[in-house]
Amino acid sequence: MTTVSERRETEFEDNDQKPVGFGRMLRKEDARLLRGRGRFVDDVQLPGMLHLAILRSPFAHASIVSIDTSAAEASPGVKAVVTGETLKGLGLAWMPTLSNDVQAVLATDKVRFQGQEVAFVVAEDRYQARDALELIDVEYDVLEPVIDVRKALEPDAPVIRTDLDGKTNNHVFDWETGDEEETNRVFAEADVIVKEDIVYPRVHPAPMETCGSVADFDPVEGKLRLWSTTQAPHAHRTLYAIVAGLPEHKIQVIAPDIGGGFGNKVPIYPGYVHSIVGSIVTGKPVKWMEDRSENLISTGFARDYIMRAEIAATRAGKILAIRTNVLADHGAFNGTAAPVKYPAGFFGVFTGSYDLKAAHCKMTAVYTNKAPGGVAYACSFRITEAVYLVERIVDALSYELRMDPAELRLKNFIQPEQFPYTTKTGWVYDSGDYEPTMRLAMEMAGYEDLRKEQALKRAKGELMGIGIAFFTEAVGAGPRKNMDILGLGMADGCELRVHPTGKAVVRLSVKTQGQGHETTFAQIIAEELGIPPADIDVVHGDTDNTPFGLGTYGSRSTPVSGAAAALVARKVRDKAKLIASAMLEVSVADLDWVKGVFQVKGDPGKSVTIQDIAMRAHGAGDLPDGMEGGLEAQICYNPSNLTYPHGAYICVVDIDPGTAEVKVRRFIAVDDCGTRINPMIIEGQVHGGLTDGVGMALMEMISFDEDGNCLGASLMDYLIPTALEVPDWETGFTVTPSPHHPIGAKGIGESATVGSPPAIVNAVVDALKPFGVRHADMPLTPSRVWDAMRGQATPPI
Amino acid sequence: MQVPAPFEYERATSVDQAIGLLERLGNSARLVAGGHSLLPMMKLRLANFEYLIDINDLHGELGYIRLGAGEVRIGAMTRHRELLESDALAEVFPIFRDAERVIADPIVRNRGTLGGSLCQADPSEDLSAVCTTLDASCVIRGPRNTERVVSMEEFHVGPYETAVADNEILTEIRIPVKPYASGSAYAKVERRAGDWAVVSAGAAIWLDAAGRIADARVGLAAVGPNTTGIPEISAALRGQEPAEALYELAGAIAARTCDPVTDTRGSADYKRHLADELTRRTLRTAVSRARS
Repeated sequence: MTTVSERRETEFEDNDQKPVGFGRMLRKEDARLLRGRGRFVDDVQLPGMLHLAILRSPFAHASIVSIDTSAAEASPGVKAVVTGETLKGLGLAWMPTLSNDVQAVLATDKVRFQGQEVAFVVAEDRYQARDALELIDVEYDVLEPVIDVRKALEPDAPVIRTDLDGKTNNHVFDWETGDEEETNRVFAEADVIVKEDIVYPRVHPAPMETCGSVADFDPVEGKLRLWSTTQAPHAHRTLYAIVAGLPEHKIQVIAPDIGGGFGNKVPIYPGYVHSIVGSIVTGKPVKWMEDRSENLISTGFARDYIMRAEIAATRAGKILAIRTNVLADHGAFNGTAAPVKYPAGFFGVFTGSYDLKAAHCKMTAVYTNKAPGGVAYACSFRITEAVYLVERIVDALSYELRMDPAELRLKNFIQPEQFPYTTKTGWVYDSGDYEPTMRLAMEMAGYEDLRKEQALKRAKGELMGIGIAFFTEAVGAGPRKNMDILGLGMADGCELRVHPTGKAVVRLSVKTQGQGHETTFAQIIAEELGIPPADIDVVHGDTDNTPFGLGTYGSRSTPVSGAAAALVARKVRDKAKLIASAMLEVSVADLDWVKGVFQVKGDPGKSVTIQDIAMRAHGAGDLPDGMEGGLEAQICYNPSNLTYPHGAYICVVDIDPGTAEVKVRRFIAVDDCGTRINPMIIEGQVHGGLTDGVGMALMEMISFDEDGNCLGASLMDYLIPTALEVPDWETGFTVTPSPHHPIGAKGIGESATVGSPPAIVNAVVDALKPFGVRHADMPLTPSRVWDAMRGQATPPI
Repeated sequence: MQVPAPFEYERATSVDQAIGLLERLGNSARLVAGGHSLLPMMKLRLANFEYLIDINDLHGELGYIRLGAGEVRIGAMTRHRELLESDALAEVFPIFRDAERVIADPIVRNRGTLGGSLCQADPSEDLSAVCTTLDASCVIRGPRNTERVVSMEEFHVGPYETAVADNEILTEIRIPVKPYASGSAYAKVERRAGDWAVVSAGAAIWLDAAGRIADARVGLAAVGPNTTGIPEISAALRGQEPAEALYELAGAIAARTCDPVTDTRGSADYKRHLADELTRRTLRTAVSRARS
């Protein structure tokens, strides 16, 4: 167990351990990033580089009558003005989304959300480009927008996607999972049924660095270099090849340092394509860097699910079944980032951590006049919504049963001997041991004492709440037989080369956005080969210099690419062992591996280090018969299953009864992500995710007025939490390794974002129990909490 | 990156020179002090001025807190941080420190000024509410050494609108120091630290030798077109013995007389409730400070 106070005492000591393998160590990349020496897309400067600015629609829904660009073209410094009509001529006006829909690169017929791309200007500097936007004269014919998602399927609703042949409504898809009949049967026999309408509002990942790109098309070589803010450089390259008709080997996508992604940098945005077109048209490098408002109003949002949840149980508190009906707002184009066969992502894990008799979900997704997206915002494909649903409805059940929410959960957990456990919606949980994780969180929190304190406070009219969330995530997509994005299997490559002096370079297909890959992956190689992390260079983000793979999102780097790194190191070690046996003149069976050294069994003094072996592999000396020189290997790892991290979170809040302000007093997070590679990085990921959760639970929401104007277009309107809104995080851990992952690691990147919103909301609702509150929707701003206190809680949309 | 439209820029070297520039350039020019409201508006191209006159070099001339016997004078270029850190000011008017602790963040407070805050005339602005509570008056200087003094009510003529003409500068705030035991306090509800107020309230109390209320003032932000003083509360409290029932009465008047609107920060009903709650809280604190 690691608590905040304990960690503080040992932090520097731990960081001096310099582990050769797993353990706490400072991040290798921080020397660069903390000194301001990182190199981000906006730092890229090329000779003769031009700048691009995008004209966006002021309306949510309008026909384009005409566009006059003549004044803009005559504006100082302007090199090109491009409209949808121009792109139409090139066959580039539309591009595929990640979900097999299409999205306008520039609007041709009409605009479908406020902020949609209508035209772009390329000029000598960004001021001139921006000034010229004001000179483009667009005549719009404003149409009635579809903003209320509940009315999107009404017969008289305006049809948004008139571009799709024969489309007469705003329906995107229906999706279903589980056994409806069996679920209804179990519900019919249940003692208790609890029903709640639960909204997970539209939120935005809002990374610190907004999206942007620098395109440099070399007409002589016919090669396109694209620096871009992407979490998936290889997938993007293939898609550019398909969209633009450029040969794939003539495209180099480079993701340099990335200032946060959280799913926002998974899709291909029109702006990236604009910069490519701009470079081809002008023959110069072209930079596009969106501003904060553009990022918030036009790039991938997350969530936006309206969920009706029902839970069935016995009077004694045995949960029997869960069923749900979901209305999903996908915006104007279906840009959900999810494996193709999973239109609702991994929402199917809404059965949570409980052993149920039945479960069923029906979902309908619709188009509205809002920005497209539905990205995996630190949610591993809609698991955030699923976990919120189950943890909220379980708490509502505990309210009805008058049973302690911890007790109710403990009574219903899937038991350790049931793993691998197949849920009623078909997910195979790889491993788990839930009760110790829950008990540890309760012990760290002092759960019994907290309940006593709460009782005393309630007697005095003070409002204190204790909220619990227990989550199971499904991450590390995924097995290629089931999971692909636009036909690309979700496997990841890895290449490892050990240099003659025993230093090494490992090349990854995934791409860090701040998660610390340069450290974590060096530690994985170090653990397997005994080469210190400082001696291992981690190369990633450049498609010309790394193997193919699908990138970093959905907590997949460690589960997929981390496995690839471990296995490629083992391949190298296998070869090293053969060389060692030749060097030591013993059979391989007589060798012991002690991290970094092969020793002769029974004679440990007779040994060679991995560095000795590396020199031999590249040297003039003999190698075993038939063996090639060099010490390197490559691999493409196809996971056999997802991994399923879990965690128990407990949140304590105090609410000011006079102003309804919520203060998060304590937050205890016990995570089980299997084998832990660098505990400091894990804690950092957890701290970030928990902070994110405070934002979503208490303040964040992208809302719209009835005309479809986005009301969250700046960080003054779209609030994200600061250090003052969060407590000292108290983190702990248990370790249940994944049985199918080579090092047993499960992934941690998104756990805290998934698990914290329900813990916080459950705490607020618990605090409001004296007012008879069983549910209140996020964001729990003071005004909305006050409404709930007066029995007037309303959904946020 | 957001970039503003083209503009010309000049650094003023004295108040009179700045007024001269304003006189010449009229409403095509704007003064910039801390710039924390103006520059974002320019970058969003909501505000487009041909000329910016930077008055940060006038901090020497207009950055001061002077405590006199009957009056406190604060220069318009006094920065939030200086208001926050002034022990002398906190001694006389603790409401300033209360308010400054919840205004924006240290980075903004290092640059933002009292004059800039008042001239922005945002209905949710905290220092405007403080000055309204303290019955401050505003000194406005114009061409040829003309100077006029207006009350806060006269100074704010609507949301984002002040009595300062295109060729004038707000130079100083004057706050009366009354010959009584005084206490003041400020309270703000915000959705997140550094955000604009959902509602905030200031209260100031002056007690006579007998411990009765010689005068009382309450100023509210974010519940009307400008920050508002509430004369009805002053009238109801004068001559009374401080008591919980009196604060309740004042809170009820505040809720009844304010004029909030529903927006993303909160519903009108909630804001009305806060006007009541925060009025009671700040009066309570102000009285206890006046007594200590």
